[in-house]
Amino acid sequence: MSKTTIKLKKGLNIPLKGEAEKILNTAERSGLYAIQPPDFHGIVPKMLVKEGENIKAGSPLFYDKNNEKIIFTSPVSGKFKEIIRGEKRRILEVRVKADQDDDYLDFGAADPKNLNHEDIMNKLLASGLWSTIRQRPYSVIANPDDKQKAIFVSAFDSAPLAPDFDFLIDGQEDEFQTGLDVLKKLTKGKVHLSINEKRTMRRALTHARNVEVHKFTGPHPSGNIGVQIHHIDPVNIGDIVWYVDFQNVIMLGRLFKNGIYDGRKIIALTGSEVKRPRYWRVIQGASVENLLKNNLSTEDSSSLRFISGNVLTGSKIYKEGFIGFYDSQVTVIPEGNKPEFMGWLLPKPSKYSATRTLFSWLMPWKKYRLDTNLNGGNRAFVLTGFYEKVLPMDILPMQLIKAIMINDIELMEKLGIYEVAPEDFALCEFICPSKTEMQSIIRDALDNIQKEFS
Amino acid sequence: MKAIKNIRDKIRPHFETGGRFSKFYRAWEAFDTFLFVPEKTTFKGSHIRDAIDLKRTMIYVIISLIPPLLVGIWNIGQQYYHAVGIDPTIQESFTLGLIRIIPLIIVSYAAGLATEFIFAVIHNKEVNEGFLVTGLLVVLILPPTMPLWMVAVANIFAVIVGKEIFGGTGMNVVNPALLSRSFILFGYPAYLSGEVYTYTEVQEGHQLVDGYSGATPLSLVAEGEMEAIPSDFNMFIGDMPGVIGETSFAAIMLGGLFLAITGVGSLRIMLSVFAGGIFMAGLFNVIALNEYMMIPIHKHLLLGAFAFGAVYMATDPVTSAQTGRGKYIYGFLIGVLIILIRVVNPGFPGGVMLAILLMNVFAPLIDHYVIQANIKRRMKRIKNNPVNVKENLNS
Repeated sequence: MSKTTIKLKKGLNIPLKGEAEKILNTAERSGLYAIQPPDFHGIVPKMLVKEGENIKAGSPLFYDKNNEKIIFTSPVSGKFKEIIRGEKRRILEVRVKADQDDDYLDFGAADPKNLNHEDIMNKLLASGLWSTIRQRPYSVIANPDDKQKAIFVSAFDSAPLAPDFDFLIDGQEDEFQTGLDVLKKLTKGKVHLSINEKRTMRRALTHARNVEVHKFTGPHPSGNIGVQIHHIDPVNIGDIVWYVDFQNVIMLGRLFKNGIYDGRKIIALTGSEVKRPRYWRVIQGASVENLLKNNLSTEDSSSLRFISGNVLTGSKIYKEGFIGFYDSQVTVIPEGNKPEFMGWLLPKPSKYSATRTLFSWLMPWKKYRLDTNLNGGNRAFVLTGFYEKVLPMDILPMQLIKAIMINDIELMEKLGIYEVAPEDFALCEFICPSKTEMQSIIRDALDNIQKEFS
Repeated sequence: MKAIKNIRDKIRPHFETGGRFSKFYRAWEAFDTFLFVPEKTTFKGSHIRDAIDLKRTMIYVIISLIPPLLVGIWNIGQQYYHAVGIDPTIQESFTLGLIRIIPLIIVSYAAGLATEFIFAVIHNKEVNEGFLVTGLLVVLILPPTMPLWMVAVANIFAVIVGKEIFGGTGMNVVNPALLSRSFILFGYPAYLSGEVYTYTEVQEGHQLVDGYSGATPLSLVAEGEMEAIPSDFNMFIGDMPGVIGETSFAAIMLGGLFLAITGVGSLRIMLSVFAGGIFMAGLFNVIALNEYMMIPIHKHLLLGAFAFGAVYMATDPVTSAQTGRGKYIYGFLIGVLIILIRVVNPGFPGGVMLAILLMNVFAPLIDHYVIQANIKRRMKRIKNNPVNVKENLNS
């Protein structure tokens, strides 16, 4: 374990209502499961199954046209039902009608310590769990042929209402360690595991083997993998690092311990509009419908925003929508689609601002029920100095965004575009008085650069 | 509330696409968003947003301008009664001030607003809130004797040349209010020099006191009349001739405190301007070649527009340095320049405007060096930790 704690001062914990109580419920099995290609940024899905075909948990559903090695598999057994398409015939959902019980495809159990690099790669690619391994720069699924300098895992999430990973790992400590062992075999460099000095208590995390453990303190986004990479071993021009989400490490562990793609995971159902915010055991790709039954503040779903993920970076889903591949959280908040008389002038106590322009800074104990109103109109950059306060990286956020706006790739590189992902700018976006859509600006820039160099 | 909402719903279709007044949609939108926070919700990125927006920010700047405005109004009357040798009550001074200032403010806003709306409608973009601040600032940095047409011209100049030709609020290089003032100074110097700083349109039965001068203390000092410096107390509360908003140190500090606490104005810049001023005034005290150089440091800070410039002008976020470190340098140099111009070049006793305009121009350069430092740190990392760049990028 590294001895020093990395203390981050910049950042912001948005005090929201609706934190999940530490009670674990098991969700009724959904009839439908869906893998959603938009979760995997940048891939072009090509189907491998026909409608009505019987499939097992672990059977391939589609692959990436840009890299045929990367396949995506079904988390449950059943029948491939249909594809849901969106604009320009883009595939949004690949739906599977699930059997009552899961029948798994066997990939063969084996201790990663006794396998060589190639065996491990093959198992990951065949099972479809390669998609759990993502990379910086670009924040996309890793290319199996790349050489990376290190692999990163965060053992805590600092986002608003995020689940407590210490709670999630309960009873799965061995699988987690096996998952780390797998990652260790993938890299010549180090596997870095970041924990929260104050909140991470489990020995399985604080004393994980085969990894270098780093302690962090500080507000959100200290749990963001990008922030951690920046402070542990930053991405320079030309570097590639990989990262894996916490629960996906456990899934990797199960793949090697039991030889199957066992897509069970736990999600925190959170947000001010959930009556009983709790933890739920689900299977990858499950619908949120069963979790929300009789559990919402209002039955009028047009006045609610359903989010797979957290309020800053999650994706908007509908009431019967599916949980995202990388998400460990579902949030429900009110829509803000009502006009408000003189709303910008009157400092209402129900409003929240991270700046000191309202009274919320005088009431640090208060929790808020925030809605999706934009709270203003889109403007050019006017105010300065706010963004830096919520980005704990040696990066000039406004200057980087401006470099992107003028499409100067060389300047973007110099200002650290490879070190950031949209999620790292989520708080800058939240706080922006000019309502600049920073996450999509960063995403577009990364896409452009990736295209330029491919 | 409901009634207003109903009227709004009735009128709105006329301004939307296909409506009778759809050309004026942007004008309608400006009024509408002024009354209501629109029902616009987030559709990508973060699902929740901070309650701060530019409207609130601009209103906060206006709130912070209220103390110097109030003292300024009182001081118009105060200086008038000094000039006619009467000892006025607060109400008398204030009333006279109000009579003078209300037309100034109305003309200023009307001219600025009209220009801003015309541009918004022509370019089909949202009306920017910036003019709310500019309209008031322009009045506060002019002497009370300024003719109304001049105020209107100044404002139109500020909006068009100061902002719109660059692309509107957020795009301008120099402070629009100061730019328009410099336009008056160089184009119509008579309105800004000499005895214009006291409102002396003598009323019936009043008579100017012999030898009374409506000039600012600074310009008198520049002519060598050291005894013209008012007492510290008078400068602190703002009982001296000057432009409307600049005279009261106390009121400006109150506004500055509000800006600093809410974070709307940069405390960094304010403090660095003062630090720069103290440094330069101190340096002159040490050199002490003439009487002017020997003016005590604290009097420099109380005199002229030093405090007003530091709190309201230097902190304009668009035209000041935008990097954290850059703000320190930018502010400090403004402070140094103000005192330098004031002492060394008595031709322009009020060096504040020129110092800030000059530093506005240099702010991007200061930022450039701060950004280069950040880039250098990143490049140094590569040097310490070389990787095969080509290999990875091509794979």
